[in-house]
Amino acid sequence: MNSTVALLLCGPAALLATAVLAAAVSRHSFATRLVYGAAFVISAVLVVIVAGHLAGNSGEASATLPLGLPWTGARFRLDGLSAFFLLVVNLGGAIASLYGLGYGRHESAPHRVMPFYPAFLAGMNLVVLANDAFSFLLSWEFMSLASWALVMAHHRDEANRRAGYIYLVMASFGTMALLLAFGLLAGPAGTYAFDAMRTAHPGPLAAGAVLVLMLLGAGSKAGLVPLHAWLPLAHPAAPSHVSALMSGIMTKVAIYGFIRVVFDLLGEPAWWSGIAVLLIGGVTAVLGILHALMEKDLKRLLAYSTIENIGVIFTSLGLALAFKANAMPSAAALAFTAALFHVLNHSFFKSLLFFGAGAVLTSTGERDMEKLGSLIHRLPVTSFVFLVGCVSISALPPFNGFASEWLVFQAILRSPELPQWGLKVIVPAVGGMLALAAALAAACFVKAFGITFLGRARSAAVERAHEVDRWSLAAMAVLAAFCLLAGILPGFVIDALSPVTISLIGDRMPVQMAQPWLSIVPIAESRSSYNGLLVFAFIAVSASLAAFFIHRFASHALRRGIAWGCGFADAAPAAQYTAVSFAQPIRRVFGGFAFRARETVDMPAPGSLEPARLKVDMHDVAWEIFYQPITGAIDFATERLNHLQFLTIRRYLTLVFLYLVILLLVLALWP
Amino acid sequence: MIFQLAVQGAQMLVVLLLAPLLIGFVRKVKARLLRRQGPPLIQPYRDLVRLMRKEVVLADNASWLFRVTPYLIFAATWVAAALVPTFATGLEFSWAADLIVIVALLGSARFFQALAGMDVGTSFGGIGASREVMIASLAEPAMLLIVFSLALVAGATQLSTVAAFMGSPQVGLRVSLGMSLIALVMVAIAENARIPVDNPATHLELTMVHEAMILEYSGRHLAMIELATFLKLLLYMSLISCVFLPWGLDDASAGPKALAIGAVAYLGKLTVLAILLAVFETAVAKMRVFRVPDFLGAALMLALLGTLLLFVSRSL
Repeated sequence: MNSTVALLLCGPAALLATAVLAAAVSRHSFATRLVYGAAFVISAVLVVIVAGHLAGNSGEASATLPLGLPWTGARFRLDGLSAFFLLVVNLGGAIASLYGLGYGRHESAPHRVMPFYPAFLAGMNLVVLANDAFSFLLSWEFMSLASWALVMAHHRDEANRRAGYIYLVMASFGTMALLLAFGLLAGPAGTYAFDAMRTAHPGPLAAGAVLVLMLLGAGSKAGLVPLHAWLPLAHPAAPSHVSALMSGIMTKVAIYGFIRVVFDLLGEPAWWSGIAVLLIGGVTAVLGILHALMEKDLKRLLAYSTIENIGVIFTSLGLALAFKANAMPSAAALAFTAALFHVLNHSFFKSLLFFGAGAVLTSTGERDMEKLGSLIHRLPVTSFVFLVGCVSISALPPFNGFASEWLVFQAILRSPELPQWGLKVIVPAVGGMLALAAALAAACFVKAFGITFLGRARSAAVERAHEVDRWSLAAMAVLAAFCLLAGILPGFVIDALSPVTISLIGDRMPVQMAQPWLSIVPIAESRSSYNGLLVFAFIAVSASLAAFFIHRFASHALRRGIAWGCGFADAAPAAQYTAVSFAQPIRRVFGGFAFRARETVDMPAPGSLEPARLKVDMHDVAWEIFYQPITGAIDFATERLNHLQFLTIRRYLTLVFLYLVILLLVLALWP
Repeated sequence: MIFQLAVQGAQMLVVLLLAPLLIGFVRKVKARLLRRQGPPLIQPYRDLVRLMRKEVVLADNASWLFRVTPYLIFAATWVAAALVPTFATGLEFSWAADLIVIVALLGSARFFQALAGMDVGTSFGGIGASREVMIASLAEPAMLLIVFSLALVAGATQLSTVAAFMGSPQVGLRVSLGMSLIALVMVAIAENARIPVDNPATHLELTMVHEAMILEYSGRHLAMIELATFLKLLLYMSLISCVFLPWGLDDASAGPKALAIGAVAYLGKLTVLAILLAVFETAVAKMRVFRVPDFLGAALMLALLGTLLLFVSRSL
């Protein structure tokens, strides 16, 4: 039993104990402080332990507990990959708990949130630590169920109940796919320990099936198109700090599962596996952000944007697979580092943005952007940190989102060296899709910030809004600082990721900290380099220079006046651009094929006083093609099976007898 | 080291001082083509000075973001323009940012400009911002695909390396580069809000994109934004000339004589490009706003085709 792993296992145990305690005391007023405080302390301690492990480069450690399957035991292991993801999980968990200290006080049903919150954190920790299929699946299901309970916290709302139901169905579907994948990996001998799976290499057909099943199982949890439809329903339904955990962290645990199986357990990948992952990633990125642009609910917009970022990460993983299959380890290390870097970055800015949405929700009671606006005057600090999050997620320099997307593009530029024609044609197209997704993301977050925080107030709720508590602000400020730091010092992060890439890819990116001026150089300086610190310094210096020059030499006169309205000065706030009208040009350009969008204008007859109405008709194609037939089939089957509940005892006995006969027949005929 | 820093500083000043002159020259040529006398070449400088002297009229509900944005836009554009090789390659800080970073810096400037357009809450700001992001959502991917093409030809996204490679005899005539050039010109027209995508001289609010976003700005704020717009045009012209017309361009360490040749060549290239822009703008009419996606879609397809060709064969 290794001491670090034992220490790390104490974390989930302590979180579970907190969950039990929370169930007991959740109706008391001190419970919020106690539960979130305990979760914060435990997560922070775990962060310190894991960071120490990563920094010390201490290699692997494992432990076996006498639980679970008797012949395997519950195995746990800490290596570079799990250490990195543990860091993501617990850093996110610690900051979400910090936010929860303030946000949790506004919770209307604390007894439905607090017991499940630490349990959810514990589940995510255990998934990342698990080293055999049984513990992995058990923790995975535990994590899913705990998050489902959190989605159902406000179960009196019809929409939340529906979201919870769809989430439960999709989570079960995903686990089924994972179960089958592990079954294939375990082979006929039934070796459920990861260590045994790693050495046994399945045949090409089985490996292909495992890849597809992992895309279904982990992909449905992460939100890959076309399995994404549950995500924008379920993530926003939970309380905001849980939404942040689900979008920012739980999707990363799904990515961890995918990497663990496909990069680690499955052995050498086939070259076409890269194509599948690349294509799905590219399509996910573009469709996710297009959906986000059409959204007017702030939290659903953020959930859709999560889908886009998952697409970016999977594209990068697909590149890493293609390079790895073609024995180009340095390029694979670049693509893989880019994917992990984006995992970290997305966990920062998505949590930050969900916290911001939560702050808007507590101060105004609104998630609908069409009823917000002008909040920059009412919530100055929240709006500033939310702006930092928007700039980061839009991949704009010098913040962190740009640094990781820049690495992805550098990885794409290595791909002409790939030998297969399929990859040669797909990779530039996917590169174009990523560029499109990045540009649309900027458009989406101009809309999110502009409609919510700028302009004039669209409802009375905004006029009454005031800044949120200090805990929430502190959590958001910490994340905003991380976004900037990871953006201007990307070299630190890249070097810290090198043990992970060495263990899974067999190579690493060049050492970045040795570069002059802390710039990052993925291949060679004459080829490409980026220095976030210098770019940030240049922008800061030239903006200050300009401001200094202007204030020294130009006029200081300033007059407040009414805005120019073409002569119609007193337009109502409703005459502003709305979220829907802001997205209209992009809907006209892309909506036709992405959503089968159609606009119809009802013009009243001349002389009639009726208003003219614009009706927009949009469809989620994935929902109609994949979800509706499945839910239809389930409804049909349950309807039929329902009759079985109302049989007489004779019929039940007949059924049991028939079943026995069939079973015996099968046994008799089995060779 | 000192010399290198001086050259870098000179470049920053050159782009800043030259940008208004370039705009003045384009306006002059356009006027002459229309048989008008046109304003003098230094008119843009005078405009800037006059704007700086005027008071700022700020809308009642304008926020701090509205007042900070002009400086941010100016700074991001200036930094980007200073990193593109003009009269010499291999400047002291050119390795701080490659072409992708330069494109993204302009993206940052646009992000804040669109936000500022929405700050006051008038319909014009909104219409400008929403159309601008629509145009950008097509222009940016096209630009990145052009970057991909150039990077595949030259083996680098570092502009100095690209320019040096394009100046060497191993380039030759390539189909993919031709496509990239056409696509780059189309993107440059859209990004700089020139005819036929947008009209920089319009005074009718409903037809404006760029001008609608900055409608609420006045005085010193407007001066900053105008200067940033001038810098952006200079940036794109420098970009086209350093990548596709790299003659006379030499490394910054090559000595004063080479730098002088580079400077003269740079001025010559700018003159030619400015005349071409003026002739083109005089010859075509502005498009309807929903024709712009077709225009930029063509640029995107050309750029993608160029990249695909290069993925298929490095010599095409």
